[in-house]
Amino acid sequence: MTAFTPALLARLAALIVVGVIVQTAMVSQLPIAGANADLAPLLVMAVGLLCGSLAGAAFGFGVGLFVDDVLLQQLGVSSLVLLGVGYGAGRIREARDPEGTFVPLAVGAAATLTFSVGFSLMQFLLGVDAPVSWALVRDTLTTLVINTLLALPVYAIVRRWLLPNLPSDPRRRRRRAYTTGGLSPLSRS
Amino acid sequence: MRWLAVYDKTIRRRRAVLGLLVACSLILLTAYFGESGGGMLHGVQRGTSEVLSPIQDGASRVLKPARDLFGWFGGTLSARGDLKDARAERDRLRSELLAAQGAEREVQQLRSMVELNGALGLKDYGPETGRVIAQSPTVWYATIRVNKGADDGVRKGNPVINEEALIGTVSEVFSGSSQVTLITDTTSHVSARAFSGRRDSVFGVVSAASAGNPNDLVLEFAAPRARLSAGDRVVTSGTVDDAERLPSLFPPGLPIGEITRIENPGTDTQEVHLRPFADMKRLNFVQILTRPEGPAE
Repeated sequence: MTAFTPALLARLAALIVVGVIVQTAMVSQLPIAGANADLAPLLVMAVGLLCGSLAGAAFGFGVGLFVDDVLLQQLGVSSLVLLGVGYGAGRIREARDPEGTFVPLAVGAAATLTFSVGFSLMQFLLGVDAPVSWALVRDTLTTLVINTLLALPVYAIVRRWLLPNLPSDPRRRRRRAYTTGGLSPLSRS
Repeated sequence: MRWLAVYDKTIRRRRAVLGLLVACSLILLTAYFGESGGGMLHGVQRGTSEVLSPIQDGASRVLKPARDLFGWFGGTLSARGDLKDARAERDRLRSELLAAQGAEREVQQLRSMVELNGALGLKDYGPETGRVIAQSPTVWYATIRVNKGADDGVRKGNPVINEEALIGTVSEVFSGSSQVTLITDTTSHVSARAFSGRRDSVFGVVSAASAGNPNDLVLEFAAPRARLSAGDRVVTSGTVDDAERLPSLFPPGLPIGEITRIENPGTDTQEVHLRPFADMKRLNFVQILTRPEGPAE
């Protein structure tokens, strides 16, 4: 489990603020095929994969709360869905410790889909006056494709930002263990 | 056995935090859903927006070159398709212009009869030009944030237009910015009038046809026997029965959209669909009409 040092908390808080401002001031205003990217689930996915389920859930809750707060949306909806996304991404890391380069891509797609479906379900539960159109499904799928393409760069940026305060980064741990030579099967021969 | 106890403790801790966060979310959701617009949580939201608006404004300016770069790529790709549409639109407008020139003389006479000279001069409505500094990323909320607020004379309910047509109303006002709910939001309703191309016009209420579709509006409460057809223009009606007690939120004659299709025409269940003139996905500068009631008497 990742230790929550003050430095790590500060970096996570900065990530929330900068991420949400970049999303609302730039990314939301760049329509691609009628839809736009949504950085929130990708950021939460990246933190979950890097820091574990507890940090992922807490970060998801924080991002969701900040998004709903800034955009004057119904409070609690995004935080509830994103904390699930963060927890899920964290559990993938803890239970499977995935090594593949494209893991963030797959988890990013799953995170976006979970967030879109979860957010829509919450809106249904809260009551929507108008019927739901196919355009909503199309936009959701377009966002899913865009987010999948963005998952790797977002993960790389978040990892680079959090790396100084991640004592148990899996890649660094593996690399260090290999370079010592003691654990390498080649050294036995 | 010791490591097993530590492992159990870790799991318990993880589950406790998860449960706590879920509980917090549900409490927030329930409390916010149940409270009025002036409640504590709404107040916290407004406070946060008040603090963040200048930051969003600054970020919007700083990130504008990046937005423009992406926009240029997108614009170049779609320019070829737009050219074809523009040519068709030009041909249609040419024929409309000929008809309009003939009708203009009649309109001038009518205007002098009812003393409505220059009724649509927007300067009388106190337009404040603002920049879009934030936009909701989800299709469930059709909202934008504009860098004009109470300090500029903006009030809740003020209509907002862009260079093409009406786009929405001000739903929240802060000192230096305001939240605009677009007409494509499911909570938005605009009293409107459709010109059928003949002498009569049809009144109704324009609202979102469905959640998540920014290109489809519906004209509700239009009389079933109204003789409307695809291509008819829809504008704000700007009138109510009792203008003193219930003043209209919108000046009359602001363009909204064009009728695209009518389902079940002539029946009680007819649905008049229209496409908004404004492209809600590409809003950059907008104008807030701070005096929708028009010039002071």
